[in-house]
Order: sequence, then C-alpha cells, then structure tokens
Amino acid sequence: MTDMVANSPTTPVVAPTPVTTSRSKRWSLPAYMRDPFLWVGVAILLSAFVLAAFAGVIYPGDPLDMAGPPLIWPGEDMSYPLGTDALGRDLAAGIVHGARVSLMVGVCAAMLGLLIGTTVGALAGYFGGVVDNVLVRLTELFQTIPTLLLVIVILAIGNPSVPLIVFAIGIASWPMIARLTRSQFMSLREADFVMAARGLGYGTPRIILREILPNALPTIVVATSVLVANGILAEAGLSFLNLGDPNQVSWGSLIGNGRTMLRTEWYLTALPGLAIVLTVLSINIIGDRLTDILNPRSGAR
Amino acid sequence: MALLSVENLRTSYTSHGHTLHAVDGVSLEVNEHETVGLVGESGCGKSTLGKTIVRLLRPSAGAIRLDGEDISNAGEKSLRQVRRSMQMVFQDPFSSLNPRQRVATILDTPLKVHGIADKKERARRILDIISRISIPQEALQRYPHEFSGGQRQRIGIARALVLRPKLIVCDEPVSALDLSIQAQILNLLVDLKRDLGLSYLFISHDLSVVRYFADRVLVMYLGRIVENADHATLWRNPRHPYTRALLASVPSAAKAKSSAPALKGEVASAAPTTGCRFRARCPIAVERCATEDPTLRKLADGHAAACHLA
Amino acid sequence: MNMHTPLPQRPFPVLEVLDLQVAFPGSVAVKGITFAIEEGKTMALVGESGCGKSLTAFSILRLLPPTASISGGQVVFDGLDLATVSGRKLREIRGKGISMILQEPMTSLNPVLTIGAQVAEVIRRHERLSRSKTRQRVLELLDLVGIPDPQRRYDQFPHNFSGGMRQRVMIAMAVACNPRLLIADEPTTALDVTIQAQVMELLNRLRKQLSMAMLLITHDLGAVAQWADRVAVMYAGRIVEQASVDDFFAAPKHPYSRGLLGSSVGDDAHYTRGRLTEIQGSIVSAAGEAGCAFAPRCPQAVPTCRTAPPELRTFNRDVVRTGWSIACSQVSV
Repeated sequence: MTDMVANSPTTPVVAPTPVTTSRSKRWSLPAYMRDPFLWVGVAILLSAFVLAAFAGVIYPGDPLDMAGPPLIWPGEDMSYPLGTDALGRDLAAGIVHGARVSLMVGVCAAMLGLLIGTTVGALAGYFGGVVDNVLVRLTELFQTIPTLLLVIVILAIGNPSVPLIVFAIGIASWPMIARLTRSQFMSLREADFVMAARGLGYGTPRIILREILPNALPTIVVATSVLVANGILAEAGLSFLNLGDPNQVSWGSLIGNGRTMLRTEWYLTALPGLAIVLTVLSINIIGDRLTDILNPRSGAR
Repeated sequence: MALLSVENLRTSYTSHGHTLHAVDGVSLEVNEHETVGLVGESGCGKSTLGKTIVRLLRPSAGAIRLDGEDISNAGEKSLRQVRRSMQMVFQDPFSSLNPRQRVATILDTPLKVHGIADKKERARRILDIISRISIPQEALQRYPHEFSGGQRQRIGIARALVLRPKLIVCDEPVSALDLSIQAQILNLLVDLKRDLGLSYLFISHDLSVVRYFADRVLVMYLGRIVENADHATLWRNPRHPYTRALLASVPSAAKAKSSAPALKGEVASAAPTTGCRFRARCPIAVERCATEDPTLRKLADGHAAACHLA
Repeated sequence: MNMHTPLPQRPFPVLEVLDLQVAFPGSVAVKGITFAIEEGKTMALVGESGCGKSLTAFSILRLLPPTASISGGQVVFDGLDLATVSGRKLREIRGKGISMILQEPMTSLNPVLTIGAQVAEVIRRHERLSRSKTRQRVLELLDLVGIPDPQRRYDQFPHNFSGGMRQRVMIAMAVACNPRLLIADEPTTALDVTIQAQVMELLNRLRKQLSMAMLLITHDLGAVAQWADRVAVMYAGRIVEQASVDDFFAAPKHPYSRGLLGSSVGDDAHYTRGRLTEIQGSIVSAAGEAGCAFAPRCPQAVPTCRTAPPELRTFNRDVVRTGWSIACSQVSV
C-alpha cells in the first residue's frame, strides 16, 4: 500500500502553516475584556491607588489634626464632604490617607507571604522526600496557629508600626501560598517538558525558576490576590482593636474610632467600612478574572 | 563496539510497601546508524526502560554504556556532558513543550546551557536545524499553543537535535498524531537519520509503525525482553508465543471476521514469582513453564527468544 | 395475498442520515452528510481529528455539546426523524433502540456505583422487570460479554476493573435492551492491541447474535478492513468517499482516501524500500473555504477545485447507500 515512487527526498515540503487562533486572525476583544464587572473592579481599585498615592496632594497636612467642628454629617457642609468625627477631624481626609496604609499593608504583606510561600512550596514540591516532609511540617505549624492571634502576639511583643504589621500578616499568611505552590510543583515536575529540560542537562535552579515557576505562576498570582484582600481586612481588624500603628490613620482605625458612636453617627464607621468592602470586592473580582488573563492558551487548541 | 549497550538493567518502584520491577533484567544493544524498535503493550515497562536509558530515572541494578562509558550510576554533574550525546522525543506534543516559552527560547536554551556562548553561533545552529525539519523561521517567535500537534512534534524533534546527539530515544513519538501526520513525521525521522547519522531506540505499541521504521525489533512483556530479531525475521518467523499473539491481534483485511482473538485474558499487574511471566496467558504453556523462568536465548544468528518451546 | 410472492430483496436500512448538518455558533462542523446503515451490517466512519466523525455520531442521538445544534437534514430511525423528535421520545430510544459506547472506558463509568447497579439502571429505565429478574438479566449480560465470575463482579466498582473489562461492561450496558443499532465511538483506541482484538471480536459476535447494526467511528484503517462492511471517509465535515469495504481497499478513488491508505503502513513496507506517502500540510480550518476543503493539500487539484465544492457523485448503484460515492471533480468514473 505504500506509494514507492511519489515522494523523493527532494520533494519540497509545504511549510506547515501555524494554526492561528481566532484572536490573532481578526483582532477582537478577548472574552474577559468584555466583562463589565472586571472594568468596575479595575476602576475602583485604580481609584483607591490613585487616592492613596496623591493623599498628600488632595488633603495636605495630617489627617489626625482637627479640621473643623465635630460630628458634622456628610453632605451638611461641603467643605467636609464626608463629615467630621468627634474630634473634628475630616473623615474624607482620613479615608484618603487611610487608603495609603491599608493598601500598602495589604500589598506588602501579600508580597511577603508570596515570597516565603513560593520558596517553601517550590522546594518542597520539587525535591520531595525529606525536604518535603520537613517543609510540610513547617507549613502545618504556621497554619494551625490562628492568623489573627499570631499577628496580635507579634505586635504585642514588638512596637506596633506599619512595617511590623506587614511582617506579622505576611508571616501568618504564607502557608496557603506554600501549599498551592507545592501542589503545582509536584504536578508540573512530572510534565514532559520538565523531563525534557532535565534530559537536556539543565541545572536545578534553571528548571525551578525558568521552566516550572512560570507555569505555576498564574495559579499563585490568583491566590495572591486573595492574600491582598485578606491583608487589608487583617490590618483593618488590628487597627480596630487599637493594635495598629497609633501614628497612622487607616480604615480600620477610623472604624475603631467611630465604634462608640455606632448608633448615632454611624457614617463614621459605615463610610470607611464601605471603602474596605469596595476595595476587597474589586480585588476579588480582578483575582477571579486573572486566570483568563494570564493563561496563554485561552481560546487556542 | 555498540553505541549503546544495556546489561541486565533493572528499574524498580516502591509503592505501598511493594517493590515493582518495571524493568526486570533487560539487555540490549543499539549500534551506530541503527534503529532498534521496542514494542509492547501497556505496563510492559518500555517507557520506563527508555527513561532509564537517558537517565531520567535511576536504575536499581545493571549497566548502561554509552560509547563505552558506564552512565548507570553517574551523578548529574557528569551526566551533563553525556546528555549531549543522547536525547529523548516524547509522546504528547501538547505537554512536551513549555507553554510559556517561545520556540526560539526552547531551541536556544540547550545551546546556552551547554556552553555555546556566541549568540551568532547559536542562531546559526538553530536555523540549520529548523530548516531540516521544515519549520518556518517565523515560527521561532510563536508560542507552542499556536501550532498543531504535528508541528509541535517537529519542534520537539528540533529541540532533541539541536545538541547534535548520536542517539535519540523516541517514546511513542507518533502515537498521538493523525495518520497523515504520522507519515510525515516518520519520513522526517528517516531523513534525519540518514542526513545526521543518528541511531534510534524507537518505543511504540503500534506494531505497523515499528515494522516500517525499525531495523531490529525487541518485544517486551512485563519488564523483560521476550524476543529479539531483525524486522523481517520477526514478522516472517516469530518464535515467542506472545509475539505471535501480538502480531495476530493487529487488525487487517487479511483476517477473517470470525477469527477468535489471539490472546485471552489481561496483562497481569506483576510478574509471578516462579516460572515464565507469560504462562498465565500462553496458549502453549507446559509444566516446565511454571517452574523455570526462561532466559533470552539465541535461536539463530540475530534471533533470540525467551521461551522453552521456541 | 399470495404467500409465495418473494419479498423485495433490497434490505431496509436501520438508520438513514440525510444531508445532516451540525453547526456551532460561527461555523458549520458537519456540512451535509448522507449515509445509511443496513440491518445487521457495520458501517465505519473514518477520518482524522477534526473531520467531524465523532460529532456526527453524537448528533444521531442528539447528544451534542451545549453550543452545537443540528442545523439541517434528517436522521431517520424507525420512521421518526431523530433530529426533530421530542425529547421524551428521544430518551426512550436512547439505550433501547440505539445505544452508544464511548472511547474512554476509564471515565465512561460512574466511579461511585457498582457496575452491577449501572447495568441494572439501563434495564430499569427501559423495561419493567422485578428486582430479581433484573439482577438475573445483568448477570446474563456480564456473562455474555465475557466477564468471568459475574456474581462476584456484580458488586465491584469500576476501579476494580482493567480497561478492557470496563469496555466490556460498557458493551453490556449498551446491548442490555437489544438495540437495533450500536454506535461505537473509537471503542478500542484506548486499549492495548491484544485487548482490542478481544473487544472487536466480542462486538462482532454480539452483532450477529442480536442482529444489531453497528456504526463504527475509528481512525484505524486496519480495523475498518477487518470488521466493517461499508466505509465512509470524512474530511472537514463532509463525506469524500463512501463504498463497500472490499471496493474501497481494493482501489480507493478519492485523493484523500488514497493519501490515507498510503500513509498507513502496509504489509512488507520498510523505510529502506520506500517512503510513506505523505499528504502535505495539515488540516487547516476550512471555514471560508469556497471550494473543496481538501484542495490545498491535494496532489490532483486544479484551479476549479477551489471555487466550487465538489458534488458527491454516485456510481455503481443508483442510491447513495449501496453504491460508491466520491466527492471529487477529478475522479472519472
């Protein structure tokens, strides 16, 4: 049944045409970009970051300074658009400056957790055996300690300041990333392309950092967005309990300050609370959509 | 001297307290410019054998000699040099390429890792390889997911060749491809062997493909080689009952519809402790088969089988 | 009526597919397929990945993916058009009039139910038997498909079975209610070759025993040659050649069929004696292709091939289902 004559070795081979995805044939908006929720989330988060970055420009001066008459309601006096608290401090200034602390703590704590968690998880997942056993026990140790308790203990021992808070929250939140990274590494380690890398004589650092990690990253990044949200909430909780940095305003401290007047001047807690809710929500939405964004294979095959 | 010489190789796994010998005493040779085909069904250990030979797995016993040098116990550092001489082509075109790297990176990194510092030299070698494999130059800037299965397999072959190895272990390289693409890839492998002086260890469960492609064929069952013959002899005069059953099971127009299947029963999960490991399914097993484990013995020049009755 | 009048010799088809079209939003995957399956015969549908053969098979029972739909044509079974019949009527036919077995025995069985329960479920859905009678029937079926020790196996779970055994269980479920047509979608692709032979032999034996017709979807030409009576070759959503198996393997006519057969390894072929015939290129999405979808790869293409899709011309007989049909303008009959 074979055709003995037809194809001599010099028959020119038609260059295989790469199969192009519909996305590159006619450039059309990928599905995730057409999602209105994503844009709302991005808008909210972006505004939060802009406010935080330009806090000093929008509301120069210390937000803890007295600015005007106390307990003005939002909308009553347009020079204090969100009202003032019991000590006459501008709530709008507080929220804008508070964004700075809340976001910074959230993001930095998440970065710390990401760094520690990825390192531990990658080593455990790739090497297996004794290394894995030890690191898993370590992860379990940190995981069984309740997050908030650990953070509170750390802050009680040291002097509460923003860097210490970042450290404390980061230390408490890395186990989740570690577990995720470990399972990603364990499965990717067996992938054919990783075996090919080993067969080509690539060194271990190269395999971990250049071959496996870029493929594990999408899942880890999505989880990190959860860490950011949790970090913001943790910081808010700490500040609410007066365990935060006393020299800084944060959304949590604003809520804590307004606690006693919850039944009468409830805007003092509601508005910072709303800021937290919107920010955390937008982070969650973006985190949700990140899988589609980061995945190069969406639509292809 | 053979390019590759494997002696009494054993690769074992332990799980749940049991030790499973996936490769249980295999000896084979691949000479220069030779294609040795390795056939067997699932669970026979052929993939494990292939991976052990290229030292992706560590053997628990036996010797692997590449160009005379014993690499069975070599550490990763000394293996790096050896890896330039032997490479592997994998079965699944969709998982054998790093989805996050462009083709250019996939082909460039091996050269960088093995000390070819000059960028121009690396580019030259890459262009040389991709022209032999009919990969267009603009493919270099693309990602694997933009290609079809056959094209990805070509890229995998290019990656295996970029270091100019002498031996390529192909682990089911065409099994996941459509028929017409299989033909393209097989023809390509034949051309490359001729042009680059390669030797292949070609692992496959597809008997027709092995029949076409190999010079010499080894049949594997439950971790052992049960027959070793050149391609013509194996099909003309198979001596081991498993080989006969295997050949008889391949569907073709020549077989009557009502013919009974050649082999009953299923592959056992582990070899029996005594006697021939095939005896449970063997149509001609006798008493001796239950007590004495047959060794691979020479029947004629270049033909060996592990059967008391061959 | 004169009792000695000979009955008409033309066999009555169990299933007739007429100009079937299956579409996804934005593209047509199956572009007008016509074939028929005679009672007790095996029809093979062959082609490479992406040709639409599996989709065709699933669309007979309207088991389509959520975005796909039958956009044209008819699927005639027992006087009903399955493409338009009510959902309730269709569910009565599934498993009873027409059954299906799938490719992956690993995932086609429910891992948390015993296999006895799963086979029994099929029977209970379509027939009213007492519990003991159902169990009895299940044991008979397990024995029929060659599962040793059915009493013990009845209460075991899929993970206790090997791939070949699971496929046998699937076959038991498929033939439980004596269907008139069995659709087998790549039933042996995931199995070892010695097990493949066992399963195909079983299917063939059952087909004869139960007077069942079979639609075999496969890419294995050897299996088609050994087991099928008629074959239809698909490419890019269309049938390009349809003939009896003997005619086809003796002398295939369509350039794609010839390319396929040339690509497969024949007896006595070896690389030292000649190359395998290649079909250049690979299947490109034929969306927007005005003419013959195979033209870009065809060694016999002429310019007109790319402007007008070739008609399916039948010769040798007058009806598509028993004759030899080719969709190629370059083949002279």
